[in-house]
Amino acid sequence: MKFLSEYRDGALVLEYMDQLRKTVTRPWTIMEICGGQTHSLVKNGILDMLPKEITMVHGPGCPVCVTPLGIIDEAILLAMRPDVILCSFGDMLRVPGSRRSLLEAKAEGADVRIVYSPLEAVKLARENPDKEVVFFAVGFETTAPANALSLVQADREGLANYSILASHVLVPPAMEAILSDPESRIDAFLAAGHVCTIMGMNEYDPIVEKYKVPVVVTGFEPVDLLQGILMAVRQLEAGEYKLENQYARVVTRAGNSIAQAVMKDVFDVSDRAWRGIGTIPQSGLEVNQRYAAYNARTKFNLAETEVKENPDCISGAIMKGMKKPFDCPMFGTVCKPEHPLGAPMVSSEGACAAYYHYANTLQET
Amino acid sequence: MTSPLTLDCPMPKLDFDVITMGHGSGGLLTQRLLQSGVFDLLKNEHLDQQHDGALLDLSGKVAFSTDSYVISPIFFPGGNIGELAVNGSVNDLSMCGAIPRYLSLAFILEEGLHMEEFWEVLVSIRNASLRAGITIVTGDTKVVEKGKGDKMFINTSGVGMLHPRAAISWQAVKPGDKILVSGNIATHGIAIMSRRKGLEFETTIESDTAPLNHLVKTLLDVVGEDVHFLRDPTRGGVATVMNELASIAKLGIELKQTEFPIDEQVMGACEMLGLDPLYVANEGILLAVVADHAADGILAAMRNDPLGRSARIIGEVGSSHPGQVVLQSAIGGRRVVNYLTGDQLPRIC
Repeated sequence: MKFLSEYRDGALVLEYMDQLRKTVTRPWTIMEICGGQTHSLVKNGILDMLPKEITMVHGPGCPVCVTPLGIIDEAILLAMRPDVILCSFGDMLRVPGSRRSLLEAKAEGADVRIVYSPLEAVKLARENPDKEVVFFAVGFETTAPANALSLVQADREGLANYSILASHVLVPPAMEAILSDPESRIDAFLAAGHVCTIMGMNEYDPIVEKYKVPVVVTGFEPVDLLQGILMAVRQLEAGEYKLENQYARVVTRAGNSIAQAVMKDVFDVSDRAWRGIGTIPQSGLEVNQRYAAYNARTKFNLAETEVKENPDCISGAIMKGMKKPFDCPMFGTVCKPEHPLGAPMVSSEGACAAYYHYANTLQET
Repeated sequence: MTSPLTLDCPMPKLDFDVITMGHGSGGLLTQRLLQSGVFDLLKNEHLDQQHDGALLDLSGKVAFSTDSYVISPIFFPGGNIGELAVNGSVNDLSMCGAIPRYLSLAFILEEGLHMEEFWEVLVSIRNASLRAGITIVTGDTKVVEKGKGDKMFINTSGVGMLHPRAAISWQAVKPGDKILVSGNIATHGIAIMSRRKGLEFETTIESDTAPLNHLVKTLLDVVGEDVHFLRDPTRGGVATVMNELASIAKLGIELKQTEFPIDEQVMGACEMLGLDPLYVANEGILLAVVADHAADGILAAMRNDPLGRSARIIGEVGSSHPGQVVLQSAIGGRRVVNYLTGDQLPRIC
């Protein structure tokens, strides 16, 4: 497929692999931020092909994984109301809340619909004026602009029966939280290409400077990832720390200013709890005062309750890059995708689920 | 392939436009529905008896299979639920190494179903039966209240006679066997998804629903005993069938990503929706595990059949990593291909 197969070219991957082998002299730990990158590394079998000096650790960039249990419970509570149609992206449905998942709520009669775009949820609100349509707005900076736009659209049409339950998180504060942890052992980051498509690169300059850490904005295909890793390793080997852009075919320095404007118009930056990590200051987006009528939390008077996570789960350490899924005794035994104990096992893009699905203990004999 | 409403089977003039509860009552309305159309359309010596069941003359080893069809939407690019219901049971019998002969046909209709839709499905069932060369010998029609069905559910059961050279069983699968797929993967699933409410996208992808019995017969006629295992990878796709085989036979399976035949549009849709084509449903293709020495001949035979033109050898059976399916990725990496937990759900980003 044009513009895709070029970035999955086996020969090119091997060439980068070769250059990487020639460049690397010491052990380095590199974190890829985005779950999509983790998924691609594992799915393509790249982790096992890398030189042994390079350790990839997997960041917190799976929006489904980091959505706190309390918010999932809120969504389920809303979905169970007979007057509510709850809309969500597909992979959020299977995630268990403290008692059940949205999929189970659906089986019990809740009206839960999978949508591909929040604008479909707006359409549902238009078509069902006697129902309250709530969109479960989960995601990083990537999904935030379209979710914001759905409120602008609903407001323009005067759709009083539309609202969103926002669980938006931001990448740079999470990177800072990881870097400022005294146990952090991350030498370089691959920043999430799609987040930077929206936000540009400027937010990462202060992080590079403050923590003296190389950051390479990277795409998602095998060639992208290999090139990103090579760029990071070259900096590390040369003792440099810079912000570089591997994903230049998509990402510009300033990002998408229209998308940024609509986010700014609708959301305020707020403190946010991350499942498995805890509350990170100024790391989330909440619907602002101007659009408060479309905020499901205000509209339905919801109070997020704090739900205790399973103490056996080491997801915090995994998402901060201190541990790997195989380090966890629960991995693949008690904790499986059909029965996840914690964040990284719940969505296919979580590090544990990616390992479980694709790297699951190959039993060679 | 969509079956057009041909001139030889125009919809009869009925004094009702939609299915009502009365059509499933067994009373006068049921009779009128059957007499005015269904029996004429599917006419054969068995149905003409209008008996409670069919009396069949069978001798030798018989394969027997049943399946229910609940697909939504009932009309989709490349076919409809009726065609699927015939091909589905025909294919299940074929995968046992049998030559399908007779089918039963049972409808559960939802009150309010438009008669034109019912008729169109019936015509497709007739055409699919002709294409597969099977006879529908007994049937049933029930109606449920509006909201208690999804327009139409169909169950078909079928019987077929075992091919004299068929020896298909997982026990026959051995290390060294080659794995063949008869055509492009993931086509049917993506065709359906492109029409699901809330997910419509523009493509020209059509379902590949087709009866595989002729293809299977050709293979068995020629190389019978060398075909060790046959399966049509419907729900759960190729990955699920391969996992089932690996776990039951306690053998390892190695697949090569670069060898999978897939339509470019289907691949594009999978990329866009975040779906792995290995898990997407198929209809008109089969997976065959065959003896190594016969693989090239079988591949050539498949490619001679109109339904097997894109056939490929996609992998092989081995004795390492028993119970596991391993895929060699396009870039040379290796990974385990597992069972899915549930349906594949589209990802957030």
